[in-house]
Formats: sequence, C-alpha cells, structure tokens
Amino acid sequence: MSVVNSVLNRRHFVLAATGSAVGMLAAPSILRAAGEINLYSSRHYDTDEALYANFTKETGIAINRIEAKADQLIERMKAEGANSPADVFISVDAGRIERANTENLLQPIQSDVLSSRIPAYLRHSDGSWFGFSKRARILVIAKDRMDPKDAPSYEALAGEAMKGKVLIRSSSNIYNQSLMGSIIAAHGADEAARWATGLVANFARSPKGGDRDQIKAVAAGEGDVGVVNSYYLGKMMKSGKEDQRQAADKVTLVFPNQADRGTHVNISGGGVARHAKNKDGAIKFLEYLASDQAQEYFAAGNVEYPVVKGVPLASPLDTFGEFKEDTLDAQKFASLNAQGVQIMDKAGWK
Amino acid sequence: MATAQDFRGNPKGLPATKGRSFKVRPNAVFVATGVLALLVLLPIAAVLSSLFDTSGGSLGHLAATILPELVLNTLGLVLMVGLGTAIVGTGTAWLVSACRFPGSRFLQWMLLLPLAMPAYIIGYAYTDFLVFAGPLQTGLRDIFGWTRNDYWFPDIHSLWGVSLMLVLVLYPYVFFLARTAFQEQSRGLLDVARTLGRSPWNVFGTVALPMARPAIAAGVALALMEAIADFGTVQYFGVQTFTTAIYRTWFGMGDRVGAAQLSSALLAFVFLLVAMEHWSRSRQAYYDTSARALKPQPVSLRGWKAVFAFTACAIPILLGFVLPVLILLELHFDGGDGFLGTRLMVYAGNSFLLAGGAAVVVTGCAILTGYCLRRSSGGLSAGLVRFSTMGYAIPGTIIAVGVLIPLGAFDNWLDGLMRNWFGISTGLVLSGSVVALLYAYTVRFLAVANSAIETGFKRIPVHIDDVARTLGRTRRGVIAMVHLPLLRRSVLMSAAIVFVDVLKELPATLIVRPFNFDTLAVRVYQLASDERLSEAATGSLVIVAIGLVPIFLLTRFADRQSEQISASPVIKIPQ
Repeated sequence: MSVVNSVLNRRHFVLAATGSAVGMLAAPSILRAAGEINLYSSRHYDTDEALYANFTKETGIAINRIEAKADQLIERMKAEGANSPADVFISVDAGRIERANTENLLQPIQSDVLSSRIPAYLRHSDGSWFGFSKRARILVIAKDRMDPKDAPSYEALAGEAMKGKVLIRSSSNIYNQSLMGSIIAAHGADEAARWATGLVANFARSPKGGDRDQIKAVAAGEGDVGVVNSYYLGKMMKSGKEDQRQAADKVTLVFPNQADRGTHVNISGGGVARHAKNKDGAIKFLEYLASDQAQEYFAAGNVEYPVVKGVPLASPLDTFGEFKEDTLDAQKFASLNAQGVQIMDKAGWK
Repeated sequence: MATAQDFRGNPKGLPATKGRSFKVRPNAVFVATGVLALLVLLPIAAVLSSLFDTSGGSLGHLAATILPELVLNTLGLVLMVGLGTAIVGTGTAWLVSACRFPGSRFLQWMLLLPLAMPAYIIGYAYTDFLVFAGPLQTGLRDIFGWTRNDYWFPDIHSLWGVSLMLVLVLYPYVFFLARTAFQEQSRGLLDVARTLGRSPWNVFGTVALPMARPAIAAGVALALMEAIADFGTVQYFGVQTFTTAIYRTWFGMGDRVGAAQLSSALLAFVFLLVAMEHWSRSRQAYYDTSARALKPQPVSLRGWKAVFAFTACAIPILLGFVLPVLILLELHFDGGDGFLGTRLMVYAGNSFLLAGGAAVVVTGCAILTGYCLRRSSGGLSAGLVRFSTMGYAIPGTIIAVGVLIPLGAFDNWLDGLMRNWFGISTGLVLSGSVVALLYAYTVRFLAVANSAIETGFKRIPVHIDDVARTLGRTRRGVIAMVHLPLLRRSVLMSAAIVFVDVLKELPATLIVRPFNFDTLAVRVYQLASDERLSEAATGSLVIVAIGLVPIFLLTRFADRQSEQISASPVIKIPQ
C-alpha cells in the first residue's frame, strides 16, 4: 500500500513538476498580465525613469526595459520572430525606426490621440511609428570670432570663407547621416555630393569625438563653427560641471536655414511591435508619451523639443528662441540614409 | 565506467579497463570538442550566411572609396599593436622573471593591472586629458599665449594614438603568457648556455626567447585579434578600420551582405596571420625535459641596470593604469554617477555574477578544447577548434547578433513543436536569458581561455603522460592526477582573464541580456554614449576595482604555486 502510494506520489510529483516547469517556461508569453509592457528602447537617459514611473502610476501598467542600440534591437527582434516579447520599439532617430518598419517589425495602429497631437510630418503615414520628441541639428559658433550672419545655413559651411573652420563628428554618426539625407532631399544627389566635398575641404580637423567635443573644441578655438544636436548644448548649459558650462558660454547658437527650408530636425520615435502581446498597453504607452506631462518631461529632463504644439519649454530650451524647422517628412530623409553614407564616403568624410 | 578511483583500489585490474578507455574515451573527447567548436562557430556562420544572399553588396562602392584607407589603417594597427605588445609584454616578463631588482616582485603583479582597464575607457580618459580642448593643451596655450596655429602637438586621435591605447591595455596578454613560460624554463638549459660563454642577453636571445616563442605568439595573437575587433576606441578616435567599415556597411547602409563580405575578408586575414606563425615554427618542438626542481636563478641587478629595469617595468603600469585611474578619479570627483548608492551595487552584483559564471563555463570548455588539441592537433575536431577561436577577431556586435540568430531559431522551433504536440506555447526559452549570455561569452572568449590552457598543456611533456600510463593510469586518470594539477596555474589564469574580459565586455551584454538587467559596463556605456564622461568615470572605476580582485588572487596563487613547484618534484602520483 505504502509502496503503491509512494509510486503514485512520485508519479504525481513528476507530473506536477513537469507541468510547473512548462508553466514557468511558458509564463512569459501566456500568463503575462495585462498590466505589463515590454520596451525595446534605444533611449538611455536617466531622466526617462520619471517618465516610466509616472506611466506606471497612472495606468498600473508596469514597464520592462531592454535598452541597447537601435540596430541591435532590430536584429534581436528579427531573431526572436513571432515569439518576440517586445511590445514597443523606441529609437532615437528617424532612420532606425523606419528601418524597423521596413524590416516588418512594427504594426500600423489607429489612435486619434496620436494622429491629432503629432504633426503629420513627424509620424509614419500609416501609423507604424510616431515621433515623440525632436532634436535640431544646430550650429554653434565662437562668440568672439564669428558673426551669426556668416553662418546662415548648412550650405554656407561648404563655402570658401569657412576654410579650416568647421568642426563636425564622424559620418558614422546617424544624425550626420540624417542631415545628409535632408540635403539630398533639398538639392538632389549631385548637388549634395558637391556640398559634402566642400564641407570636407573646410574641416578644421578630421572628424572625431562626440557632439560635446565639437562644442568644447569651438570654445577652445580649434575651429570656429560646429555642427551639433541641440540637446547637447542645452545639457552642457545646465551641467553640474563648470568647464562644460564655461565652454557652452563661449559659443552662440545659430539655427541654420531660417531664410529657406528651416533647420533639420530628427526625432526620437516609437511604434508598436509587430508581434506585441499587449497591444492595448503598447498603444496606451505611446499615447502617454504624447501627453502634455510626458512632452514636458522630454524638454525638462533631456532638453529635447516636444512634438506637441503649445507645450511649455523648460530652461534652457526656452532661451533658445523660436525657430523655423525643416518640415521634410522624417520618412523621406530616413529613406535616403544609405545614399547619404555613400556620398559621405566618396567625399572623404570619415 | 572506469574512473581513476578504481585503479587506486585495484591497480591490477588495469588491462581490462584500459581497452575500454582506449576505445570509448577518445571518441567522447573528440565528439564533445567537435560539438563545442561547432556551437562556437554557429553565430559566425549565421552572420556569414548572408554572403549567399543575392541582394545588396556594396563592396564595389567600398573598394572605390574607403577600402584602401581602411586596409592600410588595419595593417598599421596590426603592425603597431603586434610589435608594441610583443616588445612591452616580453621585455617586462623577462625582466621580472630573470632579474631581481628593487621592487621587482611588486612590479611583477602590478604589470597585470592594465588588463582591468577597458580600451574604450582608457581612450576616453586620455582624450579628455590630451585633446586640444583638454587641460594639458589649454594650460600650455594659457601659459605661452599660443593660439591654434602657433604650436604643434601630437594628435592622440590618430592611428598611432589608438595603437598606443590598445598596446597599453593589451600587452598584459603577452606578459602573462610569456612570464609563465620564462619562469618555467629550467635553469639547466640557461646555465648550459651561460657555461658555453654566452652573455645573459645572448642567452635571452638564443635560448629563452625561442623557447618562449609559442607563448609569446599566442599572447600577441590574442592582442591582435582584440585590436582588430575593437570598435569603441577606433570609432571614438576617428580611425577607420575594417571593423568600423563593417558597422557602417551593415548599420549605416543597411547592407548585410557587404558586412558579411568584409567580415569574411577579416577572418581570412586573421587566418593567414595565424597560419604564418604556425608554419614558421612548425618544425620546432618545445619540451623542456630537465627537472624543474632547478628553477632559473634570477640575476640580481644593481646600480643603473636596476634603475633601467625598474623604469622599463614602471612605464607601462604608469601609462596603462596609474595615470588613467587618476584622470578617472578626477572626473569622478568632478561629477560622478548620480546612481552611486544601491543601484550601482546591483549593477556590480550582476557584473560579478556574469563574469564569475563565464569564468567557470568558458575555462571548462577550454580545458576540453586544450586536451583535444594535445591529443590530436591534426584531426577534424582540432581543426574546428582552431577555426572557431579565430572568431575572436570578429567585432563583438557582429558576434552578438550572430548569437541571437541561432538562439531565436531554436526557441521558435521548440515553440512550434510544443504547439503542435501539446498545444502549449513555450515562447522564448533561451533568448534573453542568462544562459544566452553565457553562450555569447563562450563564443567570444573561448579563444582567450584556450590560449591560456593550451599553453599550459604544451608545457607538460608528452612523455609524462606515457609515464603515467605505464604506471597504470587511464587517460582520465592522467587528466585528473597529472594534467589538472600541473594546469592549475593556467586554469586560474584563464578564469581570471575571462572574468576580467566579461566584466569589460559590452556589445553582447547589451543586446543579449534579459529585461531590466543592467551591468556596470552597460551603465558606463549609457552614460558615455550620452557623452557624460565624468558620470561614466564612477562605473569605470568600479569595473577596474572588481577586475583587480582576480588579478590579485591570481598573482598570490601563482607566486605560491611557483614556490611549491620549485620546492618539490614536478609530479606526485598518489599511490
């Protein structure tokens, strides 16, 4: 009897153990509560944590994150296929989110909130992705050595007068590739190639370092004009480090191309993953990112421009002043990325 | 199953079990090694398989534009890092093992310190200090009233600059392998040379150096592969190499085929390098058969010779460790990480866990591959091992992506199977798990561990195996009672280096990791990619500090071990 019992027990035990083991393995896909979304994000800013915490507080939906470079996240989603746990994909530039879309990793969604709050040129036409914040590719010029009038546009940087004065980072940088895409869109490939050649001829030094390095180099006098993202200048202005604030203080911000198409802006954007298990939660999250509160966070936390009109700007963005931005469709310059890289290679832009 | 234990009890039962072990064991070893090597090759194959896609292929564009420059840059990097690590690593290893001078024992372990310093971090640190806008040049301009065109200053952001950075953090690979080789050379050979009238320098050149050559070559090969695979440093320094071109082709132009073509060219190049080295010493064998009880007696240096030796050993430590740590400390106290408290502790815990796990797993795998290579260096499995360890030269991100592909394929296959049979979805089992990370680390660092273990195996003369077999040990008994005790130092070395490498590793950790799982390297990357170097300095210092632990243990143990070896006969086979 006891033998039978113990055999039965053992069998039961084995069955139960197998069941629970399978349950544990399957848990992520079957049992995941509606109260959770999985984020694949290439944003990596500490200030975003307040954003996520607020979303969870408001909706009760918890957020799990993997943060890495967009290209790698795209490869991971491709490899994971239909079982990918990703609900939302977020990039920090238009080129990468459009690539995720062309790789069929995103799905179009309908949301009145998103389509009414976000301008059409900052989102994909079929709702596959939406821009939530903007960064402008601005010029910083040496306060004591150059007049804003001398650097009115990206085109001016390729002119004779700029010989040996231009500082910009490597062409491997996505923001330079996007800028190149916008130049191609504005002038055509041949003219864009001439621009790139002229620009390279004007370099103060071969491209290196990051955007803050360009600002510091202008401040120190290695060159007179640098091309950088707006939020780096803003972050240096409100930095806790004195040398960063001092460097930012020695340069003047110029929004280029105010007389014509406007300053090139890139976006940080997000979309719902093709195989999202919690699509409702994902849409809620995207809608939250377009809310006034979240939009203010982008400005206050990471010095990014909100995409929703009428959202107040925190310091130091409010001191930058109004500017005209290039309303070229983000989808368009993103699609010109590869051609841009080829042109930069030919021009010798390292 | 015959175990070594059986023979202790019953040595006479030997012949019966011996036959079995002969037939079964070798196959098991070779099959296991073959499978391991194939698993390591899988991610590389997954990436290279795009070669056969018909779309894309921008090699024509590359050839017309940047290819010549990046070939030259890559060759320059290989040449400078190769020579640099060989000279610094071998020179310092010889000085601390063959000579005694004030501080030599201390320097002996200090010389390993730069190993704990990630290349991209030393790059950031020196950049911050040495560039035009940095404190040094700014100070010079302030003092002398110079402007940009008034003076010349070496540009650290150049091929030589990046080579210097890499030499500073990679020479320890050569140093530790060469030092072990020098220390285990017997006094007899060196004394014979001296008796024959050779000067100490001559002995170094004609006896010690040639005998240590396999170890030095292995170290240089590791340093070179790491240099070729480096992305963070060369990218930041604005030097275009094969690696930056692979990134650019794949991620900038979305051309996977072109990236695969470049990767295979890179592999072919590394294969050629390794093959050349092997071929050039193919007719030499390196067994030292004299009794190791006679350890080489270090020469005591005095006067200017001692000063020279001390300086020669101190410079790499100063430049590769002390100075960058000081710069990082300055950055840390200037800004520092806002997450200093418990969060950083959690990151450190995760880093420690991964590094420790990987050290055990990867070293275990390397003992298998090392043993296989010892048993047969010409077989299929051995060939696979040789080939798979060359993956070390492929950029980390490419390998990491390559790891994702087979894992995802396996998970989806299993999921489909379970759905069909039982109607349940297993989802992703391996993808995004710690197991996946350990797999990625094995793929990435097997080469390093294998070098340490293989070098260790090479120092054990084959006839010792024969003696042990004659004394009644099975092959397994030989491993357990002869090889492993003699390999203890190499095993420790391998574990320590894998530990430190995983601690520093970024691309695979970043992309393969589970949700909400941050490590120190990830934290440093996130801050650095936001160009917040002073915040990143804190995490970097913690990485360096944790990396010092295994190095310290290793040195402690290695010292005691070498004393034991010198005090007793080499092998004790228990009766």
